[in-house]
Amino acid sequence: MLKKRIVGVVVVRNGIVVQSIGYRRYLPVGRPPVALEYLNRWGIDEILLIDISATAADRGPDYTAVREASARCRVPLTVGGGIRSVAQIHELMGCGADKVAVNWAARNLPPLVTEAAAVFGSQCVVASVDAILTPGGHRVYDHVSRATTSSTPAEAVVRLQELGAGEIFINSVDRDGTYAGYDVPLIESVCAVASVPVIACGGARTGHDMATLLCTTPVSAAAAANFFHFTEHSVILAKAAVAAGMPLRVETHAIYTPDRFAADMRLLRRDDATLEAMLYERDEPEVL
Amino acid sequence: MKLRIAIVDYGVGNTRSVLNAVASLGYQRAFVSDQPAALARADALILPGVGAFEEAMRAIRQRGLDRSLTDLVKGAGKPILGICLGMQLLATTSEENGVHEGLDWIPGHVRRIPAYPGHPVPHVGWNSVRHKHGVPAFSRPPQEAHFYFDHSYRYECDPVHVAAVCDYGEPITAAVHSGNITGVQFHPEKSQNNGLRLFRGLFNSIA
Repeated sequence: MLKKRIVGVVVVRNGIVVQSIGYRRYLPVGRPPVALEYLNRWGIDEILLIDISATAADRGPDYTAVREASARCRVPLTVGGGIRSVAQIHELMGCGADKVAVNWAARNLPPLVTEAAAVFGSQCVVASVDAILTPGGHRVYDHVSRATTSSTPAEAVVRLQELGAGEIFINSVDRDGTYAGYDVPLIESVCAVASVPVIACGGARTGHDMATLLCTTPVSAAAAANFFHFTEHSVILAKAAVAAGMPLRVETHAIYTPDRFAADMRLLRRDDATLEAMLYERDEPEVL
Repeated sequence: MKLRIAIVDYGVGNTRSVLNAVASLGYQRAFVSDQPAALARADALILPGVGAFEEAMRAIRQRGLDRSLTDLVKGAGKPILGICLGMQLLATTSEENGVHEGLDWIPGHVRRIPAYPGHPVPHVGWNSVRHKHGVPAFSRPPQEAHFYFDHSYRYECDPVHVAAVCDYGEPITAAVHSGNITGVQFHPEKSQNNGLRLFRGLFNSIA
């Protein structure tokens, strides 16, 4: 059976991976290839590499950076940021991208979505929607002009599907970097009209947030950016929390079982006898 | 490791991803090419694919690759692995955006996956795959191994050619196999270790 996905979002700003907080504050993390390599090793199901500074600075995609980042990526890689033409998508596919994400271009150059779907197939085109909560409900947010638009996320999603988008990436601006949990009403409003797979992002703090989202809504994937950084085995830990309640792809060499965690997902210490026995365990890596 | 593996470049494939994966297994003589002469020198071919069927067949014909590839694969018996769209191109016809003719190497028809509630199309993500015994490509991955799928159409053909299936509301052909021709609907280059095991099993059967 098809498993729901845990997606890692790598947010890049001026060539550096950052943690984003409310689309306004940014904490530097490191170089993209390193971030991708760790997510890979820890068994992430898919990676979104998003350059948030490209469109705002009127730049195209940074092909060299994508080529470098994708070299050791063995999971699907979606690349977004600065895409305005089919020629750029061609170039990105040659640099190791498997899919592309369009956000600004999907709103301002809608024929691009249709054309890209005709050439590369709709499964290759991920339409990304940023949403912000206003007194009148959720609205689509334009991260370039930093303005709220008049359309609701659900309206935008219907339009994007008609144009040919094969997946929807919905991100909450309010929850970005807050660790307050996913914006479930927003995500449900999108799922209600979506006929293609939905990836939800914004606000996750631990695997528990992902487990709740995946169990209670029909999304295909739970995505997160910030909490995957700076924690050893962050993806494996998140997957352990999700896998306790639903089938999931868990194929990493290191595996944690849910009974090893405290309520806040901190690892519990193992008893002395187990630790001592581990001293004499021999671990043969598989030769592929 | 001396194996020369050619990744066929017809303009719309994710050639770089495939090359990265194959090179990581140590096949340093792997290369990407659209030149019939270069492809003829290869020990094995990979036909990658991300794209729409019609556009891909047009690109293949434009480069004259349909004839040269048929000579190499059907005539000279060169092993070939079709990936995703590259597998669908092996079929007789596809119904993606109208009816289009494929390479017709493994008779079959490519039709849209029926959508059910809870099963949106495209079929995207990691699905577990059951495979037949005795197919070289599946000599190393375990039964029920997870592979990454991303497609809206499926291959329908004689069960004798079906090498592996997965489940998505209905059974979906995950792999086809006939003699020197193998096709996989999923992306082994993007399926972590199971994908690398698949490449290794297939290439070891050639060397």
